[in-house]
Amino acid sequence: MSQEAAIAHHGPPTSFLRKHVFSVDHKVIGKQYFALAIVAVFIGMILSWLMRFHLVWPNAALPGLQWLSKVGAPAGVMTPEYYLSLLTMHGTLMVFFVLTNAPFAAFGNYFLPIQIGAEDMAFPRFNMMSFWTTFAAFVVLMAAFFVPDGPPISGWTAYAPLSAVGSDAGPGQGLGQTLWGLSIAIFCIASLLGSLNFISTTLDLRAKGMTLMRMPVSTWAWFITSCIALLAFAVLLPACLLLVLDRIAGTSFFIPAGLVISDRLQPHSGGSPLLWQHLFWFFGHPEVYIAILPAMGIVSHILINSMRRPLLSHKVVIGSMMAIGFLSYMVWGHHMFVSGMNPFSALVFSFPTLVITIPATVLTLIWLGSLYGSRLQITTASLFSLGFISMFVSGGVSGFFLAQPSIDIYLHATYFVVGHFHLVMGVAAIFGIFAATYFWFPKMSGRMMNETLGKIHFWFTFVGAYCIFMPFHYLGLAGNVRRTSSFVYDYAQPLIPVHKFITIAALCTGAVQFIFLINLLYSRFKGAPAPDNPWNATSLEWTVPSPPPWNNFGGKHPVVYHDPYQYGVEGASGDFIMQNSPEKVPVRS
Amino acid sequence: MATTVHEPPKIEQKPPTGVTDRPPEPARTGIWVGLAAIAMSFAAFTSAIIVRQGSGNDWQHIVVPRILFFNTAILILSSLTLEVARKKVASFIRGQGATRAQAMGWLTATLGMGLVFVAGQYAAWLQLRSEGLYLATNPNCSFFYLLTAVHAIHVLGGLGGLARVIRRLAPAVPILRKSTMDATSYYWHFMGILWVYLLCVVWLKL
Amino acid sequence: MGKILAVTLVIVAIVSAVPIVMHTWPPPEDISTHGYAIDKQMDETMLEAGFSFLAAQLLLALFIWQYAGRQKQDKLKTFPGGAKGLVIAALVLVGSEILALGVIGQKAWANVYFAPPDKDAMTIQAQAGQFAFYFRYPGADGKFGGMHPDKIDEGNQNFFGLDPENDVDSRDDIVAAELAIPANRQINLMLHSKDVGHSFYVRELRIQQDFVPGLDLAVHFTATKPGRYEIVCTQLCGLGHYNMKAYLSVLFQEEFEKWLKERAGQ
Repeated sequence: MSQEAAIAHHGPPTSFLRKHVFSVDHKVIGKQYFALAIVAVFIGMILSWLMRFHLVWPNAALPGLQWLSKVGAPAGVMTPEYYLSLLTMHGTLMVFFVLTNAPFAAFGNYFLPIQIGAEDMAFPRFNMMSFWTTFAAFVVLMAAFFVPDGPPISGWTAYAPLSAVGSDAGPGQGLGQTLWGLSIAIFCIASLLGSLNFISTTLDLRAKGMTLMRMPVSTWAWFITSCIALLAFAVLLPACLLLVLDRIAGTSFFIPAGLVISDRLQPHSGGSPLLWQHLFWFFGHPEVYIAILPAMGIVSHILINSMRRPLLSHKVVIGSMMAIGFLSYMVWGHHMFVSGMNPFSALVFSFPTLVITIPATVLTLIWLGSLYGSRLQITTASLFSLGFISMFVSGGVSGFFLAQPSIDIYLHATYFVVGHFHLVMGVAAIFGIFAATYFWFPKMSGRMMNETLGKIHFWFTFVGAYCIFMPFHYLGLAGNVRRTSSFVYDYAQPLIPVHKFITIAALCTGAVQFIFLINLLYSRFKGAPAPDNPWNATSLEWTVPSPPPWNNFGGKHPVVYHDPYQYGVEGASGDFIMQNSPEKVPVRS
Repeated sequence: MATTVHEPPKIEQKPPTGVTDRPPEPARTGIWVGLAAIAMSFAAFTSAIIVRQGSGNDWQHIVVPRILFFNTAILILSSLTLEVARKKVASFIRGQGATRAQAMGWLTATLGMGLVFVAGQYAAWLQLRSEGLYLATNPNCSFFYLLTAVHAIHVLGGLGGLARVIRRLAPAVPILRKSTMDATSYYWHFMGILWVYLLCVVWLKL
Repeated sequence: MGKILAVTLVIVAIVSAVPIVMHTWPPPEDISTHGYAIDKQMDETMLEAGFSFLAAQLLLALFIWQYAGRQKQDKLKTFPGGAKGLVIAALVLVGSEILALGVIGQKAWANVYFAPPDKDAMTIQAQAGQFAFYFRYPGADGKFGGMHPDKIDEGNQNFFGLDPENDVDSRDDIVAAELAIPANRQINLMLHSKDVGHSFYVRELRIQQDFVPGLDLAVHFTATKPGRYEIVCTQLCGLGHYNMKAYLSVLFQEEFEKWLKERAGQ
């Protein structure tokens, strides 16, 4: 029998390198993804600090900033273009290396195989390659900080031709932007490999008795997400290739004729800037759901455990997630209402965008309806899950505005958009990540996290996130334009106090995240030892030791007898029955 | 407010179903998933071609090098030899008459033809270059070089797969799984279909 | 702890809604003929979104308040109607919202984009470049001269790349750094980008439209209220993006004619 094709027939790792660095064990890879996401999220957060600070104290020097870039921040005061560099890097890091990596790649890698009763992923070596390819993408992106002109300044959306014409378009648009394009292309390859693995694993490696409908909702979410990611990144990869060729090989895919940039007539002709926007957003909108769907699954999984009851309907939740995934491919044009599309297509894109609120509302109502009459237990994980629902609703309702082209005329490119996507895709997904961390940390490390620190972390983060992102909506409604490094516009002057408030909230809320980091590190080494099943949960990951052995189930093959969430079972030995327990559910008279 | 008593979730006590005891063979699933992604990428390229053609008036049709038709024939032929190889491999492993040498022979022939195809593509590039048509000369050239290069990289991947099949067949007791053989051949046939599609795209003034 | 969360949620929901209800940071007054429809649409959406927001947050708070901390001896209760009821509720509630907003409300969009410009609309060309806007009026002949990118010379103030030596049409073209328009007359603004993507945004006009390089787009609008308004670039266009702005002067007809005459004389 071959080594690779067979699942988890690889032996236990022997050397240090094989065990911790180039491991094919999905659990080690999951933790590596998690660690990478933590590094990325703190870098991204510090970048946002610098931006917020500069916005409201444009002339104040930040000692040490000149160390990051002599050109970009002479004497510690950043230049407008360096602000744009930080903005680009913040967006790219957060969207790709945090919101894609943490909820999907990190936790999915660790728990998807265990939750379906597999010993490892379908293709463990591909899995290792996915992580190290992602890591390479990260290194290439970070390298942009250290090239002479600094990181690119065209935002994470990298609209052509600004991103395509090279250094004529401004500092950072030279080598920095090329590195950006390469990094994203590499990231696409990694994500494609990862999605392929997730899909094959879910379809082929389920334990005996683990029918599709018996999979936990988190597994379903990762599975649906990998289907979305497979098609989305398969489009972004060619787009990045075309972009890089425009930059280094002189082709004209995205660059039209007759552009005069920096007093130089560009030697290009015939390209289409809108082509980039279409390809990018064809990926870009599904990407939103790549970030949020795993969080939905994770939060459902945790809430069910905390409520000690199954959701009102497992099938409806899964169906809604599928509907969201499906619809996510028909709405990309709503990012381009003012880009000069055919006005009829704007209406065509607007409709599915509005329709997508139906499955989202169904999900929210199912969560709320399941809370009704439950036995909700408050833990840090459940607090973050409840917080997720609140954030998801707050970020979701603003979608009503942006989905309508007529209103988008006014709100497009204002802080309203910033508030919308930060709440719904950023904060909500991050709350999902936090919930997952507090919930699964005992399984991953064998130690409990500190609940007191966790709750402090929750309260400040919850209130802080609202203080930061709600006011963005007010700014947007007043017409405040985003992506500017200072407020030179007359109309923006009365809004500066709001910005000050946001900045202070951001600095404080950011600082609180270090409590999380400390808790993570402290608990990893000094936390109380975790039992196998600290939360009295039902799914398969809680049937194995904490942390699980290299082959998860110790060479045994689990057999599944039950639906995933047998909570609140009256008359059973506990109030719950684990999925692999042959115990019969007492039938009520 | 009506307070319904919570019904315990229904549990069927029938034995677990759905997944059988046979050892899973994810290679066969994985290859379809992978092909879906590749197909999606080339769909994106295709839409880029269509949009790009409409966006500028600089689209100049290039005459495709003759050798492409020879390459196409070789690639189609290699799919046929691979099918023969697959039969021989199955027959050999089950002990139904075919010898290892036969199986190896057909596999090696396929591999060889794959290499000839890639070399032929390279020759086509050289020919275009000699006509002064480079990557950035006009959009049609850009797409031609790009699509053939991306396709050739995928073909090289397929050649790697074939080499692995041959390596697995070589030991006294072959360690080749049927799913690996099947996955490799699906991939290879897909490369052939994809190539014919691409040829139509660049040749038929799409 | 559950009760604290419930109270926090209520506070957060109400505090979030206050600035919107109180119009603390209102949008600027609309000065266009089409803007009322957008504003109306915005108000309706705000009503529905605000209701959804408050209802969901308060329900969440209520359920957390009531059911957090319940133990095993407390009976589990099923939400009346169950999942089916909720799905139907979502379909009906959101479905009607979508119909109301999406279908009926598209009129506001149609006002701006589906109606062709009037025959007597005044055509002006706007050019965006890193990092300034320039505007061109066709002059007495009513014709714009052709643009030649190779002739663009900022030092010589030839922002549009005109060729007055060979091109008669371009000789009387009037170029200005601010957009002056007469009130109550429809303007057909043609948007041309010199280099990268930009956007034309006037909050008071309720108009935002990208400049797409290689693709000349047009928007038409009628301003009703004389005054001076900011034109802002909203598409990230490079290092000077933060400072890329121009002014829109809406003038009375005779003032406008005077303004145009002054420019023509230069």
